Amino acid sequence: MTALARILDALKGDAAADRVVPPAGFTVRLTLFSAAAMAFLAVFALALSLAAGRLADRWGEELARGATLRISAPAAEMDRQVAAALRVLEQTPGVADVRALTEDEQRALLEPWFGPDLPLDQLPIPQLIAFSETSDGYDAAGLRLRLQAEVPGAVLDDHRRWRRPLMAAASGLRLLGWTALALIFGALAAMVTLAANAALAANAQVITVLRLVGATDDYIAGAFVRRFTLRALVGAAAGTALGLGAVALMPDTGDAGGVLTGLGFRGGHWLWPLLVPPLAALVALLATRMASKRVLGGLT
Amino acid sequence: MISFEQVAYSYGGGELLSDITLDLAPGSFHFLTGPSGAGKTTFLKLCYAALTPTAGQVTLFGQPVGDMDRDGVAHLRRRIGVVHQDCQFLDHLSVAENVALPLIVSGQDTPAARQDLEELLSWVGLARRARALPPELSGGERQRAALARALIVQPDAILADEPTGNVDWEMSQRLMTLLLELNRMGRAVMIATHDLSLIRAAKSQVQTRVLRIARRRVQLAGADL
Repeated sequence: MTALARILDALKGDAAADRVVPPAGFTVRLTLFSAAAMAFLAVFALALSLAAGRLADRWGEELARGATLRISAPAAEMDRQVAAALRVLEQTPGVADVRALTEDEQRALLEPWFGPDLPLDQLPIPQLIAFSETSDGYDAAGLRLRLQAEVPGAVLDDHRRWRRPLMAAASGLRLLGWTALALIFGALAAMVTLAANAALAANAQVITVLRLVGATDDYIAGAFVRRFTLRALVGAAAGTALGLGAVALMPDTGDAGGVLTGLGFRGGHWLWPLLVPPLAALVALLATRMASKRVLGGLT
Repeated sequence: MISFEQVAYSYGGGELLSDITLDLAPGSFHFLTGPSGAGKTTFLKLCYAALTPTAGQVTLFGQPVGDMDRDGVAHLRRRIGVVHQDCQFLDHLSVAENVALPLIVSGQDTPAARQDLEELLSWVGLARRARALPPELSGGERQRAALARALIVQPDAILADEPTGNVDWEMSQRLMTLLLELNRMGRAVMIATHDLSLIRAAKSQVQTRVLRIARRRVQLAGADL
């Protein structure tokens, strides 16, 4: 039976059967609040995971095959060395899309640090040459040796060198998000178990009467399971709605802003939080079923 | 139907019932009597497997209780209607819902069964109290509601623990009339009571066996009853 089918089956029930267990009690509020709070946190953990995943993907895609050549040379030498570097790169197997950055592009790169009015032509700014790596790859060591001989002012900046720790950081952040999600649902299971145990203990006399009239333990457990599953679903739906609202209201500068300002959902990712309420209901269903089985087994 | 084979039951280190061998046949009518604390309720609990004997074997409808799991006991209890001394109602449910409980928990709560429920409530004189909550009922009404609940699934046997304990003479006669009528319809009936006048009144109307619990054993009572 699929998780969804199990939840629907648990929720179906019938009015007469559900009335055999008295309503109310503090367990209602405990379960609703726990499910709502956990769902709210789960939405943020999910947003963190997805944002970290997007960053890792973006860094992976954009930087995986990118490299930069930085040429620092006296002004008189610059044009010659740039031309030599372009020639060397174009002749190197595994290198593609070679181009020298324009003055405007270099200004844009420096703008965040020096402002928009930087007199680039009056400053000894190195010239950057960007290129990408083909699927066959290039021999970085060989290229360095050749550049050393033909373009003395060139420094090869292979992005793979600093991409690795960034990727590891992004992957770690993504793992942290998923771990937080697992912990959140674990905590929800613990809270529901606590509430279910309390409800079962408070209704020991009801359980006795139900057994006297021929109720099986599955039937009795079902009455509690339906109730807690429904409460968790309602609470988690409310928490998810609040979480989505909070995420939507967060300032968003796009992925370019990094994980802190890019913490949100993009496109189809907005559908992911919709899984939180049914997941919370499934967790509640399993937790209540286990608690019921244990408590009913202990009641003579 | 319900058989005891050298059954004993001990509680708290002391033996309450000892060496009981008897058979409750279909359509039989038994009274169980004895002083308070003699073990009448314990004996009835052994009859519907609410207790497990500490020695010997209880067999319900051909199945040894010791071999049954909890669900098996639950299914067998649907064939035994029990009128508990303290009625055992769920106070948050109406009288009609309490009476319908055995139907609800066994998945037999159909429209036809609901029709039977209305007729049964009329039969025990509680049609007008169907929506009342148990705490709102008088002692007699509670006993009749308990009897209705015991009968709703048309059980093969009816066990009643002091069913007239909290009611006046007139009401106890009405309850006895109901139980006698059920016995004539083929149900086995066992009533635990210390009310000897009730037993004497019933003996004039139906073939009964009177069992007496004395000194931990169940004996057939003499003609003095």
